Amino acid sequence: MSLSTIEHPVDLLRFNTCGSVDDGKSTLIGRLLYDSKSLMEDQIAALKRSADITGGGKINLANLTDGLRAEREQGITIDVAYRYFATPKRKFIIADTPGHVQYTRNMVTGASSANLSIVLVDARQGVIEQSRRHTSIASLLRIPHLIVAVNKMDLVEWSQERFREIRDEFEKFLPRLNIKDVRFIPISALDGDNVVRPSKHMPWYEGPTLLDHLEAVHIGSDWNLEGFRLPVQWVNRPENPSDPTLHDFRGFSGQIAGGVVRVGQRVIHLPSLLCSRVKAIHGSDGEVEEAFCPQSVTVVLEDDLDISRGDMLADLESAPGLSSEFHAKICWMHQRPLVPGRRYLLKHTTQTVQAMVTGIENRLSFTDLERIPAPSELALNDIGEIHLKTAKPLYFDGYANNRLTGSFILIEQGTNATAAAGMLFPPNELVKPEYDDFAI
Amino acid sequence: MSPIPEKKNYHIDHLQYLETEAIHVMREVAAEFERPALLFSGGKDSICLLRLAEKAFRPAAIPMPFLNIDTGHHFPELNEFRDRRAAELGAKLVVRRVEDAIAKGIAVPSPGEVSRNRLQIPTLLAAIEEFQFDCCIGGARRDEEKARAKERFFSFRDAFGQWDPKNQRPEIWNLYNTRVNQGESMRAFPLSNWTEMDVWEYVRREKLEVPNIYFSHKRCCVRRGGQWLPVNHLVPPKPNEEVQELVVRVRTIGDIISTGCVESPAETIDDILAEIAAARVTERGSRADDKSSEAAMEDRKKAGYF
Repeated sequence: MSLSTIEHPVDLLRFNTCGSVDDGKSTLIGRLLYDSKSLMEDQIAALKRSADITGGGKINLANLTDGLRAEREQGITIDVAYRYFATPKRKFIIADTPGHVQYTRNMVTGASSANLSIVLVDARQGVIEQSRRHTSIASLLRIPHLIVAVNKMDLVEWSQERFREIRDEFEKFLPRLNIKDVRFIPISALDGDNVVRPSKHMPWYEGPTLLDHLEAVHIGSDWNLEGFRLPVQWVNRPENPSDPTLHDFRGFSGQIAGGVVRVGQRVIHLPSLLCSRVKAIHGSDGEVEEAFCPQSVTVVLEDDLDISRGDMLADLESAPGLSSEFHAKICWMHQRPLVPGRRYLLKHTTQTVQAMVTGIENRLSFTDLERIPAPSELALNDIGEIHLKTAKPLYFDGYANNRLTGSFILIEQGTNATAAAGMLFPPNELVKPEYDDFAI
Repeated sequence: MSPIPEKKNYHIDHLQYLETEAIHVMREVAAEFERPALLFSGGKDSICLLRLAEKAFRPAAIPMPFLNIDTGHHFPELNEFRDRRAAELGAKLVVRRVEDAIAKGIAVPSPGEVSRNRLQIPTLLAAIEEFQFDCCIGGARRDEEKARAKERFFSFRDAFGQWDPKNQRPEIWNLYNTRVNQGESMRAFPLSNWTEMDVWEYVRREKLEVPNIYFSHKRCCVRRGGQWLPVNHLVPPKPNEEVQELVVRVRTIGDIISTGCVESPAETIDDILAEIAAARVTERGSRADDKSSEAAMEDRKKAGYF
């Protein structure tokens, strides 16, 4: 856990909503915006217009987020839609992610940067395969907080018994997953019960409304402040500077992916394993004495090392792993299935390298959350563990320790399609400086 | 021995978060593309974009030219501002005019078409082709409009500049797949997660200069289509319309023929922030170009719009 979690809950909360096709995600978001007065008059007027034309006079809150023509025609959400709203307590970014099986990759997109996930369950249907799939993806991506919103309580006569059944069913498989904090809230998005306003129909429920919980839940930042990592994104060398002191300026720009860096600190350069000291740090408001994850900085070193994009500057005391063979969990997102032996481009931090999948260890079954060993392939939306080899070594951490240095994507050459999202297991071996006496 | 961080204030607020996210995107563009350009109109969003670009690349200069498509219907205040800022930064500013595109047959107006909204699309695509730009950075925000709410940070465009909303690349963590084949291109939107409020808060924090038409001033307007349109040579009053001199400002700047003014006494950034906080109408509620249909923006984007 990062140090900042102790004192500072986030003031910008990112969450995503997921569920099956008709669970009412878009309606829930519409309700959140409507009841928290985050909707503007022209948006409400547009809703009323389309209600008169197509909805027989009833406002369809889903039309707020379903922005594409095909979505309104089919009454479904196709792509991740981002919504923004603020209450006096917090700012929120919502990623509304679709429930269709074929669009699960979009859920990964929407959830990858979330602090919290809301999984919607239709009270009539209870836990279905999609519920397990979404919850597993949230767990896979290590989203620490989950809300299970049991929706359409109005259609089960506001039954406490039904709510408990669904909660019990969830709690059967939750222990297999990596989610720390789960809360169950019975709601009716259509009527607004327990979304922003407490429900009159469910006096048996004593917990917070959905918005109360979103405003109050203690969520620290998920940045790792323990081992300094700066993947070099861009080398800053001013061309023909008017300022003569800048003629020899050579800075390494990037977003700090972990830890804290200070002027005077010794750092190791990867892949050369050479060490140097930090001479200056340029932050977004000028020179600073120290900087931390996730700030974007430009670092100047004491020594003239040959450093380019894709390299990394890291902490000597808490160095990352170094390897060209990896064990990873992936979510496969491409129509063409993954089979062992196939080559892809792998993008990790700021470098893109050739990679080959050397084996598929298992595939996750969403019916019982069991791992099926040695499948012949991973198809679209499958989650599994694979082994791969890269043409150049990567400097990395396990995803559980650092989201930014423990994640990668696979890109299919030719089409340039993003084929997979991957999460690395922790390294077997850590980087050791070879020439320790090189630096002062 | 590297010192162990003390428990102190390693916290960034939401504007600093949005800033570092945007700078990361800008540097990714500079590093991954051969011929990027920055779309700069002089509007408030692109003013923020410019400051972010300064921060991303300094002490080096911004390593890409600025591009603006001049519809010929711009507010003159905006063009003056655009030219002056580019000169101050020593940047190369490329301006391509819809009028020239019409003269060359690149953009063909339909009979009686007054708006330059549609015509700026072929003009932009021709400029991209002329300079072989492989990525254009724009100031579009997801909170502006619901088709934009579905945009990625890196928005892939095929050889015709088209956006295919059903076939977007998944965007996971901050790992952007920026790869394009010959002829294809990318649009990058560093301000994707910014709201109108964030933009003004950033203008205030960074003490950014913005064109004076964002502040309240006196202007002759006519009431048309439920909004106050500024009277000028392109928008002459119709016989039944009453010209009124009002104290107004613009909230979003489009073409002079479609940008509604709002009555406002806001003279400072703080006034503007207070006004937005209390607003009951969205920013683009004053843009006639977005009102033409539910899917107006989606259709323009599919054709190659920002």
